[in-house]
Amino acid sequence: KSISPTAVTPLDRRRGQLAALSIAAVVIIVGVPLWWRTTETYRAWLPVSQIKDLAKLQLHLSADVEVVFARVDGDLLVQFIILRLQNMKPARYETKYRTATIMEEDALKKPTAAEADLSLHMLSESPCGSLVVYVIPESSSLLPEDVNVYIGQRRTALVRISAQMRVGKTLEQLLAQLEPRIKQVLQVMSFSHTDITVALSDRVRFRPGNKESIADSMRAFKSSPGYEITFSLLNPDPKSHQLHWDIEGAVQTYIQPLLTKLSPLANFSIDSQTLYYTMLGVTPRFDSSLEAYTLNADSLAHVINPVEARLGSNAASSNPVLNFLLYVPDIRHSPLYIHDHRKQEVPSNAFHSPRWGGIMVYNVNGFYGSETEFPVHVNINMAKVMGVFLAQLRLLLGVQSLSPPPGFLVAPCGSTGLADWELDRLMWSRSVENIATATTTITSLAQLLDQIGNIVINDNIAQQVSSAVTSLQLAMAELEVGNLGFALQYSKEAILASEKAFFDPSLLHLLYFPDDQKFAIYIPLFLPMCVPILLSMLKIVSEVRQRRREKQAKKE
Amino acid sequence: HHQCVNGWMTGCVKRFGVLKRYTNTGHLPFKNSAGQFFSSGHTNNWAVLVCTSRFWFNYRHVANTLSVYRSVKRLGIPDSHIVLMLADDMACNHRNPKPATVFSHKNMELNVYGDDVEVDYRGYEVTVENFLRVLTGRLPPSTPRSKRLLSDDRSNILIYLTGHGGNGFLKFQDSEEISNVELADAFEQMWQKRRYNELLFIIDTCQGASMYERFYSPNIMALASSQVGEDSLSHQPDLAIGVHLMDRYTFYMLEFLEDIHPASKTNMNDLFKVCPKSQCVSTPGHRTDLFLRDPGSVLITDFFGSVRKVELTMDAINLTDPIKQMEENPVNGEEQKEVYSYADQLPVSEIIHQKPKQKDWHPPDGFILGLWTLILLVFFKTYGIKHLKHIF
Repeated sequence: KSISPTAVTPLDRRRGQLAALSIAAVVIIVGVPLWWRTTETYRAWLPVSQIKDLAKLQLHLSADVEVVFARVDGDLLVQFIILRLQNMKPARYETKYRTATIMEEDALKKPTAAEADLSLHMLSESPCGSLVVYVIPESSSLLPEDVNVYIGQRRTALVRISAQMRVGKTLEQLLAQLEPRIKQVLQVMSFSHTDITVALSDRVRFRPGNKESIADSMRAFKSSPGYEITFSLLNPDPKSHQLHWDIEGAVQTYIQPLLTKLSPLANFSIDSQTLYYTMLGVTPRFDSSLEAYTLNADSLAHVINPVEARLGSNAASSNPVLNFLLYVPDIRHSPLYIHDHRKQEVPSNAFHSPRWGGIMVYNVNGFYGSETEFPVHVNINMAKVMGVFLAQLRLLLGVQSLSPPPGFLVAPCGSTGLADWELDRLMWSRSVENIATATTTITSLAQLLDQIGNIVINDNIAQQVSSAVTSLQLAMAELEVGNLGFALQYSKEAILASEKAFFDPSLLHLLYFPDDQKFAIYIPLFLPMCVPILLSMLKIVSEVRQRRREKQAKKE
Repeated sequence: HHQCVNGWMTGCVKRFGVLKRYTNTGHLPFKNSAGQFFSSGHTNNWAVLVCTSRFWFNYRHVANTLSVYRSVKRLGIPDSHIVLMLADDMACNHRNPKPATVFSHKNMELNVYGDDVEVDYRGYEVTVENFLRVLTGRLPPSTPRSKRLLSDDRSNILIYLTGHGGNGFLKFQDSEEISNVELADAFEQMWQKRRYNELLFIIDTCQGASMYERFYSPNIMALASSQVGEDSLSHQPDLAIGVHLMDRYTFYMLEFLEDIHPASKTNMNDLFKVCPKSQCVSTPGHRTDLFLRDPGSVLITDFFGSVRKVELTMDAINLTDPIKQMEENPVNGEEQKEVYSYADQLPVSEIIHQKPKQKDWHPPDGFILGLWTLILLVFFKTYGIKHLKHIF
């Protein structure tokens, strides 16, 4: 028999089948894993379970409070009270009770409360976040008549028991009087529920329970690692007024102490500028009864925008900018007063805008008569100006001006402009805010990376996330113990790391590939290769089946 | 003083209601402007205005964006709070009969380009990637402040997009697209990081309503110039310039905005009525289901303008220390002032004496490879492979 040249010999067929099978094997065993490995995105490991734990945000805050009883006649009674207090409520307050030492007694015998405060401070410095409350007898002359509580500049308060610790009153009544008083002091000097709720307002958009706290949260700047402060002098009329302000000295003397005290919270950078021929955008009205020009409160809102367009800024970072403007009215609109809604003059002649800064109007018409030669050289009284700016700065940074309960006397803040306990309050709310923000950032980042499977997670992002998680855990632990300074520091580190991780520029790639696009990319690559393999597989299978059928037929 | 506070993830909003609140005894010192404070909850305004087309025949998109830019500036938002992205190839285009101008009205009434326009992203910088980076804040650290959207949780942001679009996508500069899913995800990331208080999204493209279909973050209100399946049409051609100057929806919206001044009390319901089908030919649409407040209580100036909230300063601190004199330190004498000078503009000596640069070797590209493959194929076809051993 002759074999036609195109007939397929069994050997050839065998060779063909082996070739097809081996190609299929290579494709499946080598090709598919290789394709999988080369197209998978690099995703570094993230501590997802720890992040989930953090998201529950169980915050425990504690502050050390020491209540010191000044000795009175009737020592035994005081000891008795202390024992009863310590046994009564099981550790609801982290409070310690003790009697005063001899040196403290001497300090409490000073003539005025301010001096007593100073000498008590000399004796012992309370650490950040703690409080000492001195209970003094009614017979003491430290406090004026109608005042029962004096809140000092540092971390002490003086509470007067307005009852005889002797005959007539029972122990229960005395204690009943003491407890709420101390609680009131704590509400003012240490953190309160409202503070914490406001600090957490990022995560909990609470329905208004307290309008004042909402306004406070809208007014103050959010926690940020740094702030830029700019002082500007606006002189719309240089032909008449030649203004001179010693801004460097004023900043050094008045503003810098406050900023140094606030340095655990944030870094501050200050600059100043002078702008000429810049008018306010609103024309003031002339009030003939006062012989002066007035700006009423409603028109103030439109003052800021035209001015803001002219303000330069030296800011090279993304930190929030606080602007403080000193406006000296031109000679045709002098003097200029700001009136409130009841047409009363505002004593400071200044206003501020939440999260922006403040503007003060400084009248110079009193410095010269009508016969002087223009331009008049004017030295601006920086103490007065900085007093107003300092008050505005306090408000904008979040130091709330509470009205104390009746019977309380709050010492005016010292030359730094901030009392120690106010700084503590600020630190509490900042720590909580930082922790809440960092937790939200990390949680949403983890969620985002989980949802979108195509995003590349680089090693540096994973490292930032891990360090943020560690800092958060440390910060919460320190808050629980009461180490406010360390807690704030860790919370700052946590925020920095979490922001760096969330805003890393590399997290934008591969955001979304719709399915039809994926098919459109892979089909032209793989289909031409797969079709011959599939067809040859089918052919092999059909041949095998045919052979088996032949075998079956042969058997029969 | 021991406090235990739980976060919202465990559903604790109700728990806050149960816990004791500190109520302020004594009179509230908080005076005036309480109503103003709580009506909107924002303290600053931002605007992101994007024109996604380039080339001369898309003149109207640039005119759209610039007109909105002018209105927003007139109503008070400063340049530092506006991120303007334009291809910016109209004013100095060779085909522009009036160079350095972009007009938005027939008969060249209004030059919206002016001389104080600040374009933050121009030319080829207007890409989907840059737009999403601006929105989410994921910019490289070297980006200057003017190119960033530095909004916080109390910012109201106006986002205006215009260009050519389709069902579910918007075309950027004829080379790439942004899909509605990407945009919705970007807004969600903004919400997660609390980068806005309220967002107003306006889009003037064909089938614009498809772009806001997928939004799912709260506090977003959206307006579009046309529904899915409809085209947005342009308003009027100018015979002198030779192109259409504006789109209809934006034209009528701007006519509406001309009547708004910083103190006006017009609300959003009026903006929804702008450009009905008789004027616009397409049906404008809007979406307010994600917005918490009632649109009737939302002022136009909440988004288009920048009305600042103001409080009077009631206290002042009494400062009594005299100013410390800055001491002149005579020991140091004059400070060592660094002398600056310009860098050499044309370093001639370096150019003359420089050696030719070592060029990196690159593998031959596709064309060369193809050409040589063809040559080899033809060679072996003609001569056969068995002659190979004669060659090598």
